[in-house]
Amino acid sequence: SFGLWGITLLMGLLSVFFVCLFFSSAFAVDRGNFKTCDQSAFCKRQRAFKPGQSPYRALLETLELSDSRLTLQLINDNNKVHLLLELYRLQGNMTRVKINELKPLKPRFEVPDVLIAEPPTDLSVLSKDDNGVVLSLGAESQRLIVSARPFRLDIMEGPEVLLSLNSRGLLAFEHLRLRKDTNKEEDGLWEETFKSHTDTKPNGPTSISLDFSLPGVEHVYGIPEHADDLKLKTTDGGDPYRLYNLDVFQYELYNPMALYGSIPLMLAHNTQRTMGIFWLNAAETWVDISSNTAGKTVFGKMLDFVQGSSEKPQTDVRWISESGIIDVFIMLGPKPSDVFSQYASLTGTQSFPPLASLGYHQCRWNYNDQEDVKSVDQGFDQHDIPYDFIWLDIEHADGKRYFTWDPHKFSQPKEMLQGLMDKKRKMVAIVDPHIKVDSGYKIHNEITSKDFYVKNKDGGNYEGWCWPGNSGYPDFTNPEMRAWWASMFAYDQYEGSMENLFTWNDMNEPSVFNGPEVTMHKDALHGKWEHRDIHNMYGLYVQMATAEGQIQRSGGAERPFVLTRAFFAGSQRFGAVWTGDNAAEWDHLKISIPMCLSLGLVGVSFCGADVGGFFKNPSTELLVRWYQTGAYQPFFRAHAHLDTTRREPWLFGPENTALIREAVRQRYALLPYWYQLFFQAYRTGMPVMRPLWVDYPKDTATFTIDDEFLIGSDLLVHPVTEEGSRGVTAYLPGAGEVWYDVHTFQKHNGAQNLYIPVTLSSIPVFQRGGSIIPRKDRVRRSSACMENDPYTLYVALSPKKFAEGKLYIDDGHSFNYDTKKEFIHRSLTFANNALTSSNLCPDCNFLTSSWIEKVLILGASKPSKVVLKMNGKETPVDFEFDSSMSVLTLRKPGMNAGDDWTLLLQ
Amino acid sequence: MTCLHLLLTLVFAVSLGTPVEIQRPRGVPLTKKQFYEEGKPFTCLDGSRTIPFDRVNDDYCDCKDGSDEPGTAACPNGSFHCTNAGYRPMFIPSSRINDGICDCCDTTDEYNSGAKCENTCKELGRKEREVLQKMAEITKEGFLLKQQLIEEAKKGREEKQGKVTDMQENKKQLEEKVEALRTVKEAAEQPEKEAKERHLKAWEEQKAAIRLEKDKAKMAEAFLELDDNSDGFVSVSELQSHAELDPDADGTLTETEVQGLMGGAAQVDTSTFESVWTNIKDKYHSESQPEEPAPVETPPDEVKEPAVDNDSEPYPEDDISEEDDEDEDDKDDYHEDDDKAPPTVKTPEKSHEDEEAMPPYDPDTQALIEAAQKARDDFEDSEKALRVMDDQIRNIEKELSFDFGPDAEFTYMYSQCYELSTSEYIYRLCPFNRVSQKPKYGGSETNLGIWGSWSGPENNKYLVMKYEHGTGCWQGPNRSTTVKLTCGKETVVTSTSEPSRCEYLMEFTTPAVCQEPANTEPSPHGHEEL
Repeated sequence: SFGLWGITLLMGLLSVFFVCLFFSSAFAVDRGNFKTCDQSAFCKRQRAFKPGQSPYRALLETLELSDSRLTLQLINDNNKVHLLLELYRLQGNMTRVKINELKPLKPRFEVPDVLIAEPPTDLSVLSKDDNGVVLSLGAESQRLIVSARPFRLDIMEGPEVLLSLNSRGLLAFEHLRLRKDTNKEEDGLWEETFKSHTDTKPNGPTSISLDFSLPGVEHVYGIPEHADDLKLKTTDGGDPYRLYNLDVFQYELYNPMALYGSIPLMLAHNTQRTMGIFWLNAAETWVDISSNTAGKTVFGKMLDFVQGSSEKPQTDVRWISESGIIDVFIMLGPKPSDVFSQYASLTGTQSFPPLASLGYHQCRWNYNDQEDVKSVDQGFDQHDIPYDFIWLDIEHADGKRYFTWDPHKFSQPKEMLQGLMDKKRKMVAIVDPHIKVDSGYKIHNEITSKDFYVKNKDGGNYEGWCWPGNSGYPDFTNPEMRAWWASMFAYDQYEGSMENLFTWNDMNEPSVFNGPEVTMHKDALHGKWEHRDIHNMYGLYVQMATAEGQIQRSGGAERPFVLTRAFFAGSQRFGAVWTGDNAAEWDHLKISIPMCLSLGLVGVSFCGADVGGFFKNPSTELLVRWYQTGAYQPFFRAHAHLDTTRREPWLFGPENTALIREAVRQRYALLPYWYQLFFQAYRTGMPVMRPLWVDYPKDTATFTIDDEFLIGSDLLVHPVTEEGSRGVTAYLPGAGEVWYDVHTFQKHNGAQNLYIPVTLSSIPVFQRGGSIIPRKDRVRRSSACMENDPYTLYVALSPKKFAEGKLYIDDGHSFNYDTKKEFIHRSLTFANNALTSSNLCPDCNFLTSSWIEKVLILGASKPSKVVLKMNGKETPVDFEFDSSMSVLTLRKPGMNAGDDWTLLLQ
Repeated sequence: MTCLHLLLTLVFAVSLGTPVEIQRPRGVPLTKKQFYEEGKPFTCLDGSRTIPFDRVNDDYCDCKDGSDEPGTAACPNGSFHCTNAGYRPMFIPSSRINDGICDCCDTTDEYNSGAKCENTCKELGRKEREVLQKMAEITKEGFLLKQQLIEEAKKGREEKQGKVTDMQENKKQLEEKVEALRTVKEAAEQPEKEAKERHLKAWEEQKAAIRLEKDKAKMAEAFLELDDNSDGFVSVSELQSHAELDPDADGTLTETEVQGLMGGAAQVDTSTFESVWTNIKDKYHSESQPEEPAPVETPPDEVKEPAVDNDSEPYPEDDISEEDDEDEDDKDDYHEDDDKAPPTVKTPEKSHEDEEAMPPYDPDTQALIEAAQKARDDFEDSEKALRVMDDQIRNIEKELSFDFGPDAEFTYMYSQCYELSTSEYIYRLCPFNRVSQKPKYGGSETNLGIWGSWSGPENNKYLVMKYEHGTGCWQGPNRSTTVKLTCGKETVVTSTSEPSRCEYLMEFTTPAVCQEPANTEPSPHGHEEL
């Protein structure tokens, strides 16, 4: 949460330069504060290389093959520098390619802590000759061909090339060298200045680059975070997509500029296959995308097709990073779900969040004091709107000293937390990673005495400006520092904290107001590594240590909840992410969909945007529409800048309060479904909020859709994101399938564009025919209050009168589901006129008092009789049938949600 | 399945303290008891359908209006009635039944959740009664104070109105006086003016005579100078030697030109020279004196008063700079005036004009001037007194024009200020004027709004004051303050907050909003139940 308010606060302290820097950017991003590729010396250098003959050659005589890997030397014929290529065949249809200098002057940085384990491998050589080597890739007909001169790699399946590396000859590996050996002082090799900041580069040029060709691919996705469409655009003629975690003040939409987080994973998709390229590098990275069909019109493509003269569509990608090594994982799918599980096997899955964190979050910079918190809490009850978390931004702490409370405004934090606990509600307080340099501040003193701060290039503690003024930045890359940080969340360390207090890590890019591009100097030091090497994973470490602290404070019993703004590959393991400081504009509402879809594709399911927009004041219509959209996105939090007028849901008249209440209630009714999807995401890596193509990979009409999305496989949401809209056109995918409007139960056929007239109360949502969604329709004031409530099953029949779904239940907050298998996981199947609940985890044990109060069967015909079969007994069940919508309602069958049972329609 | 209780035995106390048991379905208020007849089919209160009575409170929602489940959480739009004997009855949304949170003080909403609720109705009732009593006392006393305020305001208003009336009367007299004095002044100024003009005219004539003398002397002198050969005639050639007389200023004084100057004559004697002198005197340079700029003629209309203010402007305004670098020689017009007023000597100018100074007025004129001055002073004094009176009237009228409430009960706050000190700031409310905030430990005052309007709810707009257009917020609106008024014995600012950035809220107690206490005390026992 970046704001100008703090600037005024700091003005007396900060340099004129700094004030000017932000004054000039009052209403939109000041692009001049951030580098273009041309202003980033290594990017400019690398991009100057054009495709052509690669100077690299494989030295086949150096080939060594062990059980786990193949190694081979490469030589650059221009400078005779030797590189070492390592090839790993990873189980699960993945290949890892590592390229490093054979004998670097000193070790180059390799990213730790992102991979959850070294994946098991197998590899064998099929053939070898002077021109190359052919390796078998597992059991499939897949082969990896290493060509020697020039060096390139091709991954084939049968006769088809799936993916090639260095096919355009853009492999470029800047080897470490001594300054005296550099012929001329080329610009930016040993020093680089941007604006007033000079980056000393004691290691000289260290960048790396590699190209990938994807024949047959026209659609690539991923590499967040960018405020751009879901489908990545070609970058010819513009800047590449940039991955460099930055605190961008008032970011602009639809451009490839870097934002708060980076996940260097790109997905490639066509009707036949989905693949992934994971570039494991934490330094500043740029990604160029080009395509041979990009410029062509649909007609042009058709003409090519008719004439048979078309070259095969192909997408070419080039990755450029400033330092480190080339370490790339190629995931071959072939299904989208395979790529998700392949990537999850490398970096882990979404952490399974506490159920309450899937509810609604009320945030504002700032709730002024305890009295304010109390009155907002009461406001929700007075207006009968559920919520689970109320949030405190930076003003809650004593002078922005995190882990403390303002002695005037929040003098009795435990009293406040107890008040919330009495209503089964929770709180989040912000803890940012910049630490006020103040000898009266315990945290600062301990970090200083333990020597845990990041160092500047001269070896002193690195200091920069942030909210508290002059601040130090703990070195979160240091495991001892992280352990210490985690221990600060213990109840006896974090005074005023209680078990219903959770954490928000903001500004962890890290944000340094007076640093280059508002972040840390690249020549700052984390132990022996430069900040340059680790920049993009600083934020991940902050969230990792914070989540660990929350786990430890409960002795490992309770699940953490930590929200982060900066992130990297693997951040999904530690909590939730939001899209940073957006604005109260319709385009920002729209962009929340592709931004979260992109994050979902690369493992981060727990994503949301500030409901209402952070900067500026939303119109009432925009606010209502944003609630309606946010209610169907994974992380559902309203947030607002300090300078905005208050916007608690009841401040816009009774009609709008009712509209917002209804949207939030829809969210709460669906919490069992969301929870089950997060359990699935945790187990398998399947994204919770997904683009349509993930479930309809052969339907090309879905490939570029990013104004609607799926939640799981079974709910399709097309939120209204246009001002004054009177209707939306939703694409319902799936030839031969049907979709049911969740509000009216009207049935629509799949594979069509459906025009839906809308009013201000409309949230177009459809349930897939063939699915069963459990809901808790008794919405209460917080999720915890609904714990024992009964379920209603929404059975939406496919045209073949079939449906299936899952039900997951546990205590909602502890690790017992994992450590003691204390959960209920049931399969619900409707087939042959019988709805059956069967146990998916027979050795699990969990008791629930929830029961099944109602079953709605959509698309049903009228039975003569309905009986419940349970424990060998049959009891009749009352029912009603609405013939106009073909909805059969079974009245109060009453079985416990954890039981085995069958409902027979006769 | 949940354990259900169709009927609930309710125990509650009536005012006499006799316990009475009344049976009805859980969550139904007494007023609706008749719709829930045990054993008879139940019709949803919206009439939408009829269901067997055993489906009332069976934890399944049958009625769209939620009326079949008054005692369970089954209906999303249902409401539950708690009797809260000893306190006040209330309805809660049925979603709060058995949610583990105690909402009804009689604990009846949590009959199956395991929540440990204690019946706090008696305590709440007692507290409420205490509060009500206290409030009643405050209201009573406050209302009395209010009556006084109204009385005082009325008195004050009458006084002020009386004062205004008096002042209007005085004003009239003053105006008359002003007019009278104006006449006196004008009457005195006429002879003054005439005497001054006379004096001036005499002086002008004197000056003209002197000038004529001088001119004649000059002419004679010039004639002698020009008459080079002393033949008593000035000839063309003699005049031609004075090149400065060239009428077309082309550098040569031709014979023809000289003849023109001489009116065609070849030579002139002393008597005819007079006409030639008229032609040449402006340009003529005396042969005996060095060149000298022509004397500046005082324009005839620039009548200089002989008074001392002649000396008040020794040099041009913008040149009075003591820090001017004295080394710089050629400094603009400052130095051009050197001859008139040397910059270093700040004495009144006494130059050649002295010889032209008007002689002092004669005693008669002086007496007339003094008389006129006195008349002017008297007139101005009376005019000033009129202005002051006008201001006073305007101020009182402004005060009288304020909306000080239906009975002017807020009048007493006018021109008062009330302060509240918080940990960081001192807030200051000056009703009908402005609200401000001053940091306690240094820093300047911030205007939080100037008086805008009463802006309470429609039924009583005098419960809220709005102050607007305070100091602007950076990137935000102008500061504004809403002041909420509540009944109190004292006039005090009790709290301030900033619920939204730059929008302040103040709580303010005053007897002026105390309502007349009701005659009968409200019963906290819920009599309406019976």
